[in-house]
Amino acid sequence: MMKRPELVCPAGTPAALRTAVDAGADAVYCGMQNATNARNFPGLNFTPEELQASVAYAHDAGTKVLLAVNTFPPAGKFELWRGAVDLGARLGVDAFIVADIGVAEYAARVHPGCRLHLSVQAAASSPEAIRYYCREFGVRRVVLPRILTVPEIRALAAEIPCEIETFIFGNHGLMIEGRCSLTNYVCGLSTNMDGVCSPAADVHYDRAADGSVATRLGAFTIDRFGPAEQAGYPTICKGRYLAPARDEAYYAFEEPVSLNLSALLPALIEAGVDAFKIEGRQRSRAYVRSVVSAFRQAIDQTLAGETPALADLIALTEGQKETEGAFKTKKWR
Amino acid sequence: MTAQLTLGPILFHWSAQDKLDFYARIADEAPVDIVYLGEVVCSKRTPFFEQHYPDVIERLERGGKRVVLSSLSDVTLKRERDMIAALCEIESHEIEINNTAGLLHRSGRAHRIGPLMNVYNECTMRYLAGKGATHFALPVELPRDVAARLATEAAALGAGIEVQVFGRASLALSARCYHARAHGRSKDNCQFVCEQDPDGMPLRTIAGQDFLVVNGVQTLSHSYVNLLGEIEDMQAMGIDHFRLVPHKLDMVAVAEIFADRIAGRIEASEAEAWLAALDIPAPFSNGFWHGIAGGRRVGALPA
Amino acid sequence: MHQVALPTAVLIIIKFERTPMAAILPETGIRRLLPPAPLFLLQPVLRRIVQHIAAGNPSLFNRLGPHRKARFVIDAQGLPFLLLLRPDPDNLLFRAYARDAEPEHDARIAGRFLDLLGLVDGGEDGDALFFSRDLDVTGNTEAVVCLRNALDDVDGSIAARVADLFGPVGRIALIAIRQAGSRAKADRRAA
Repeated sequence: MMKRPELVCPAGTPAALRTAVDAGADAVYCGMQNATNARNFPGLNFTPEELQASVAYAHDAGTKVLLAVNTFPPAGKFELWRGAVDLGARLGVDAFIVADIGVAEYAARVHPGCRLHLSVQAAASSPEAIRYYCREFGVRRVVLPRILTVPEIRALAAEIPCEIETFIFGNHGLMIEGRCSLTNYVCGLSTNMDGVCSPAADVHYDRAADGSVATRLGAFTIDRFGPAEQAGYPTICKGRYLAPARDEAYYAFEEPVSLNLSALLPALIEAGVDAFKIEGRQRSRAYVRSVVSAFRQAIDQTLAGETPALADLIALTEGQKETEGAFKTKKWR
Repeated sequence: MTAQLTLGPILFHWSAQDKLDFYARIADEAPVDIVYLGEVVCSKRTPFFEQHYPDVIERLERGGKRVVLSSLSDVTLKRERDMIAALCEIESHEIEINNTAGLLHRSGRAHRIGPLMNVYNECTMRYLAGKGATHFALPVELPRDVAARLATEAAALGAGIEVQVFGRASLALSARCYHARAHGRSKDNCQFVCEQDPDGMPLRTIAGQDFLVVNGVQTLSHSYVNLLGEIEDMQAMGIDHFRLVPHKLDMVAVAEIFADRIAGRIEASEAEAWLAALDIPAPFSNGFWHGIAGGRRVGALPA
Repeated sequence: MHQVALPTAVLIIIKFERTPMAAILPETGIRRLLPPAPLFLLQPVLRRIVQHIAAGNPSLFNRLGPHRKARFVIDAQGLPFLLLLRPDPDNLLFRAYARDAEPEHDARIAGRFLDLLGLVDGGEDGDALFFSRDLDVTGNTEAVVCLRNALDDVDGSIAARVADLFGPVGRIALIAIRQAGSRAKADRRAA
């Protein structure tokens, strides 16, 4: 008998949250309209009033709400993070997703009844790192970085006292999360402290006469696309650069591709994964509806012992390319 | 406590002989108080130098330096887990932890917290100090006002506090080796190609701008952090340790300039002139400290 | 919101020209079938549309924050005119401009008419259109991202609300345009 994994879905706005709930999410994750979460993007996220109404909507449908408070408060601003945690507790969210030790300690001490999930931003990639957060703060679930193979996840599951959540779809990054200052180096805003990555205000698209488009972040040109070439997110880690060993510009860090593990669902469940996470709080309701429905169906089919029908989600992927990334092999390293 | 000048771990893959020569000279000539030793970036590099540590430690200590042993920053594989566990059993020397796995082993016993750990606020600092952390090297991206508050907190806790004042800034770590990737290889078959670039492999933009450098799984700034002009302010706010990141240049000269400036023997403008005379092939930056884009430089003193 | 008006704008023109709707709407190459637009006749219709959407969705403006003051030019390729939007609740502006008289703006959004419609119909994902290079953004990127996110939080379909504004004719037209959109998408995928 297979354990029933939780399908955890992104919600960048209240409308997206309702869409995810209606499409069959077991849990949705979301954040406040400020630096306390790692998708502090313009026009995104929830006011306290919206969060209250959204928790009610989700709970009426039996769906959990996980509040991402997963950035690192700089000294002097801790109050904002404390406020997000207190608000979440008052509104009855089902768990906090945290990365900072200070925030974890506060949530565990002041709201001991509320579950703590360890964000991927905490970069806990070994049993020891994960056990540290479990031991110190009673963390109940870890969101694993996208760098482990299925056998590694299976081995890890036997060594930690908490649940495992893995990403199954969406943005595919290999940079260790919570340890990246690339945006801050160029833009003066920190991914860890401000919750921003390639802030749109600093992104510029410069069109050339031949139809190619150069992507500029602040003062630096991070990529150039030919007229018919697929594009990716305008982030430094997905750009093309020149290196002495290369004749032409190349993706020095990673190609613009999306993660899609629909084919690995049975193996992941068997390996002991407790929750599947879909990335994309910055994406639209249309994305949420398509991806959540597809994975709801695939998980249900898997649990019923059927081979999951592979959803055609390619149009929603970055660079319109998919990968199973690290989960299948280590060759990508 | 009087201000201490420290030399961070060598981040790049230098040959064993280069490292031996480097530390011999540091031991004899450089006015640094503390030297951090250890492979922080890539566990595959460790076998090349492991057998030399006892001699290097002995040599540095004979030169009057205090030696602190630094841990790996990324700990995932079995050998990496074993390495950090073994480091955490060392009692003969202080250790600097750069990955949370180390905290599991070392809580309750004295240790330092390295710059690749995320200590951004007083609550985190206080919690770690309560579990044995005696010293905090701050993340390179922290701006002045945040560092000032942390310095106050560290003083209240009786802990040391350290800021990188020279050298390329570590900007990102990855599970993938970008050095190997540039040469069409995988990490497992890297053939230690990173040894070709002792200060990092330059990445330029398509428009030809100098931008970043790659050091295996680590990405650093092209520019060199230089906080000579900020040292007086840092001392006033209670920062008592100043870190130099080793590069392939006359690090003894760099150490002398910073030591003279910290001791107030020379003015900032004179120190800047001496540093400029070393002809470092990259611009200086201090943007992170001033809360703006890290690669920028503000308030440069007239030469 | 800008895109909101497009189906209706087309409709109105069609109405003026008494073109048989059944013949024109399933076509994706709208431009070649449309006569030059009588812009002065369009303006009151656009104003009515934007006021209707604004009145029904006050939270939309909170999401826009400072970008309410931004001026967006929307270039729906295939339409014979450009649209200018300033989503400021105190000073709403939504006007059509001749293509050779592009107004001053902070950001410019260009894409196929049917793709832009999809965005305000809740059926298209902005990032996906961007990845496939079907959406082109220049100028103040943050304002565009913010507008996209704010519009995406409007429940249901903005396009449908606009269509409702014009009664059964509007609703029928929207259905026809949606069908044309799906067909065009299927054709592109097959290609």
